[in-house]
Amino acid sequence: MSVEAMPQPIEGYEESALERAPVGRKRHRIPRGVERAMPLLLLLPSVIAIGVFVYGFIAWTGWVSVSNWTTFVQDMSFRGFTEYTRLLSDFRFLSGLRNVIVFTILFVGMCALVGLLLAILLDRQPWGQPIWRNLFLFPLAISFVVTGVVWQWLLNPSAGVNILLDQLGVESLPMWYVSTEIIPGWQWGQIEVAIPIALVAVVLAAGWQMSGFAMAIYLAGLQGVSEDLREAARVDGATELEIYRRVILPLLRPMTITIVIVLGHISLKTFDLIFVMTGSGTGYVTDVPAVYMYEATFRANQFARGAAISVVLLVLVIALMAPAVWARNKSEEGARE
Amino acid sequence: MNSRVVTRIPLYGLLALFGAAMLVPLYLMVITSLKPPAEALISRMWMLPSELSFAAWDSAWTTLRPYLVNSFTLAIPATLLSAFVGSVNGYVFSRWRFRGSEYVFNFLLLGMFIPYQIVLIPLVVTLQSIGLYNSIAGLVITHVIYGIPITTLIFRNFYARIPSDVIEAAEVDGAGFLGVYRRVALPLSLPGFVVVGIWQFTQIWNEFLWAVTITSAGQRPVMVALQNLSGSQIVEWNVQMAAALQAALPTLIVYVLLGRYFVRGLLAGAVKE
Repeated sequence: MSVEAMPQPIEGYEESALERAPVGRKRHRIPRGVERAMPLLLLLPSVIAIGVFVYGFIAWTGWVSVSNWTTFVQDMSFRGFTEYTRLLSDFRFLSGLRNVIVFTILFVGMCALVGLLLAILLDRQPWGQPIWRNLFLFPLAISFVVTGVVWQWLLNPSAGVNILLDQLGVESLPMWYVSTEIIPGWQWGQIEVAIPIALVAVVLAAGWQMSGFAMAIYLAGLQGVSEDLREAARVDGATELEIYRRVILPLLRPMTITIVIVLGHISLKTFDLIFVMTGSGTGYVTDVPAVYMYEATFRANQFARGAAISVVLLVLVIALMAPAVWARNKSEEGARE
Repeated sequence: MNSRVVTRIPLYGLLALFGAAMLVPLYLMVITSLKPPAEALISRMWMLPSELSFAAWDSAWTTLRPYLVNSFTLAIPATLLSAFVGSVNGYVFSRWRFRGSEYVFNFLLLGMFIPYQIVLIPLVVTLQSIGLYNSIAGLVITHVIYGIPITTLIFRNFYARIPSDVIEAAEVDGAGFLGVYRRVALPLSLPGFVVVGIWQFTQIWNEFLWAVTITSAGQRPVMVALQNLSGSQIVEWNVQMAAALQAALPTLIVYVLLGRYFVRGLLAGAVKE
């Protein structure tokens, strides 16, 4: 992640603070050495905590994944990469991997498209614009657990939306998250690389919750497009549609990258929504690595396997983030020039 | 009709369509939770209750109340502590530069982007060894530590906006590093604390993975209790809806009252200032 330019330090800040020590005023004085080291002392606890709880723990998990810890009894002796090679032929893991990638593409795509549309609508300055904005944003304040509970009923094949569809006379009602159908793709080893229909239901629920995020990001971007630029395009004879397509959309590229980074990273580690709404599903059609990791570790005591799955998850997140962060830094450099 | 009105029809049509879609789950939660038990039938799912009944609310409340208390005992101290830590860190990063300070900042910030599954096993082992496994205190510590990156980021951006002449004036006064923080930065920090506080409270209240891993039985926060309740075959669905609504209400109320600050927290991690 790139970081904004730091505020300029005040020239000679530390020295001046010390030289101009209070004159003729009684106050508690901190020794010079401590004063100089103060920023470091203040920062140290956090650096140590993150060092241990993030970086140290990642290494620890890496070690667990190659250890003999496969029962309730902790055994940290070295076993090798058995769990990783096992995962390569594990139907559940491969299904989950396919699902989380399909889910991420559909979910991020839906949020970006709906978010962009909503942002453009709000950018047209409709009456009551703040009310609309708040309406599209409120699901962000809700837990995925709550979303899961409600959408479980909304997309239950014998309730919710299907009751309305039935009244409209729809013959073959969708099975939503209970469906075991997979839109045909191609066979890759044990699993089919394709889109399980059941995932679409989960995407709808997740998209309902998170589209507002994309909208907020795009809206911030649109408000940064100057009126002069739009006016210039109008003078050149461009229609409103052309202005959006030719002038504004290219300027929104950095926002799209931000949305892919933030939502993609939420999506890859998706756990609560699936856990609450559908579980792994029949034939693992809605399973994801995060759910498998939890169940392997804390239900089946397969700690080494759980650790190996989480290492793969970390690699997935890095694989998504690295190019996106690189693209973002690049587009920022472009903007600065 | 002039052309401006005509072009605005699709605009409001689309807004109304998406607005309605956003409200559907909320509508369902509210009407179902207020139905008398006899009307809480799947076939009558979309119909308004013929009379208001609080039976489902009562029933959900009885089950959920201890867990709601747990969630408040968790979220309030964790939010305050994590805002304070973020404020100190953010202040240091905004005022103090040394060779490699950018690296230290990124070192902390990257902690925000890991999938938390990667730290789950060591976290459980560590909390067990210090006797904080299955306790609210253990969850508080966890949230404070993993909240360091985002709270530091928001506060650093916040303090960077304090005009430097305000700081210089305090330095002329002879205030040291900590003195400037206490006497100048902290009193100006209220909006920063509001943004970070709302953000952390919402995240901590809604969090599920740590809650379900670290706590069990009576120590569970409300989201874990809600998940158990919804997975149960014997709990009627109108009670499930009432429970979902009750679990969502605290963060929804915060959003309605202070939505402006919530959105600022939302954008803080994503958009450049």
